[in-house]
Amino acid sequence: MDLLAILRDGFLAMIGPVTAAYAISAMSLNLQFGYTGLLNFGQVAFMLVGAYGTAITVDLGGSLWLGIIVGIAAAVLLGLLLGLPTLRLRADYLAITTIAAAEVIRLVVRSSWAEPFTNGVFGIQGFANAFFDLSPFPGGAVYGIGSWLVTGRRLWLMIVGWTVVLLVMLLIRRLILSPWGRVLRAIREDEDATSSLGKDVFGYKLQSLMLGGAIGALAGVLLAIEQQNVTPDAYLPNVTFILYVIVILGGAGTILGPIIGALTFQFVFFTFDAIMASAQAEVDWIGNLLTPAEAGQIKLILVGVGLILLMIYRPQGIMGDENEVLIDGR
Amino acid sequence: MGDERISPLAGVPAEPGVPKPDAVLAVSGVHRSFGGLQAVNVDRLEVQRHTVTSLIGPNGAGKTTLFNLLSGFDRVDGGEWHLNGGRLVGISAYQVARRGMVRTFQLTRSLARLTVMENMLVADQANPGEKLRGALIGGWRTAEASAQVRAIDLLARFNLDHMTAEFAGSLSGGQRKLLEVARALMVDPEVIMLDEPMAGVNPALTQTLLGHITSLRDDGKTVIFIEHDMDVVQEISDWVVVMAEGRVIAEGPPGSIARNRAVIDAYLGSHHGEAAS
Repeated sequence: MDLLAILRDGFLAMIGPVTAAYAISAMSLNLQFGYTGLLNFGQVAFMLVGAYGTAITVDLGGSLWLGIIVGIAAAVLLGLLLGLPTLRLRADYLAITTIAAAEVIRLVVRSSWAEPFTNGVFGIQGFANAFFDLSPFPGGAVYGIGSWLVTGRRLWLMIVGWTVVLLVMLLIRRLILSPWGRVLRAIREDEDATSSLGKDVFGYKLQSLMLGGAIGALAGVLLAIEQQNVTPDAYLPNVTFILYVIVILGGAGTILGPIIGALTFQFVFFTFDAIMASAQAEVDWIGNLLTPAEAGQIKLILVGVGLILLMIYRPQGIMGDENEVLIDGR
Repeated sequence: MGDERISPLAGVPAEPGVPKPDAVLAVSGVHRSFGGLQAVNVDRLEVQRHTVTSLIGPNGAGKTTLFNLLSGFDRVDGGEWHLNGGRLVGISAYQVARRGMVRTFQLTRSLARLTVMENMLVADQANPGEKLRGALIGGWRTAEASAQVRAIDLLARFNLDHMTAEFAGSLSGGQRKLLEVARALMVDPEVIMLDEPMAGVNPALTQTLLGHITSLRDDGKTVIFIEHDMDVVQEISDWVVVMAEGRVIAEGPPGSIARNRAVIDAYLGSHHGEAAS
């Protein structure tokens, strides 16, 4: 087992464009869940809407840039539609509605009825050429030192992806450190107390849901461009739960938490995966015990165990403030 | 204490629903039921400006429900009420607060993971940075700085100015009560409604709180507060309103209330009932 090679692959996966997309989506979820206390269990729907909005627009002859705008606008609209009926009710109603809406949207996109636009289960491919045309790096070229290499295509995705991460982080930081962000945190602590102080709690929650939705859509767009492919079954509910894992791992209600969480999660995930794969292939008794597919599942168990340990020993997450957790026992 | 100054309510007859010379809050026909239970049914109630008016009554009399209705936290089945002549029916809790009537809660609601200073600043009404656009553009720091000055003043009054950076959740129960009152004042309301501010507070702090309540009146606020303890009420109120079974059964200056037959029945009657059961 070549440990260095495994760590190298884990590292290269960690800094890749998929991690950037997860970091963006986790930041959006953190705005809603970590700062406003909204239980959005349908984050994947906002990503789907962003991705499909882009792909369908290009498919119908629009430009990629128009498509991105359409995707984000559709996600803002989705936030409005989900928020209007539920945000006046108790927190759990939003949770139920969003998780159901996410599945409904996926199933509609997948249905034969929507096929003229979405191409059903086969999805839409090859809509992001305009993005790669802008790349200064030849797609086939390789960059790096020694065996630490990335392709030109991937390098371009990484540069754009992490730039977007930085911009979204600065945007959220500016908002959260403002009086607007303070009202969001007050709502998270106690809605009634906040409205007794003259704040339109419903309006703030709706803003948080819609703004978070727009950022979630941006993450979906980035992921779709990276794969040049959208298919409905890439948007299963477990994507939302992985994003929750990332937010809680990094530290909910912190500025950098979702980014650190995404990096950590991806590194651990891919490293465990590689370790299990090479153990299955090279260690006899493990090879006899597990098929390659089963070995692949072990990483999920290990990630789960890791999370349980984290919750026991560092419930505030990597970036969280220990004192805040002590207060939580109200 | 109330009689050290000339009461604006001198000469107002002590009978339920009596009009006041200068009413800041006027309630008429407000009622609310939960299933078959008529929780609140107040025909008329006026609250004189710049007074401490206490709302008393046995458990289940509908005092907190009336607070919830008037402050927009619950919807009335019918009736209306006016603050400074402006109709408040059917508007949300946050709008009631903006119109100048702020309430506190029976169970203290501190914003636990916000600092004491942040608790205060949230209550400021004039910060352009509280709008999404204002937050993006910036330029809210002047408003923030002047709000901080005001907050420090208020906190100093409640002996909390040395704890501005602490999380509100790490304060003691009594300090949280004080913070909640200070935070309500930060809204700069004309009327402040305190729901049992003395509940669960030690005797020494009770005296401090009572002093704060009378000083609020002297600063030109109108205070309405719910209380169980008749002694406390006697000490600081200008006017006492007694509720039982959802209705206002008596009102008047504190001295007259203690002698009122209906009040004695409502209180002692229920106490006798409790003792017997």
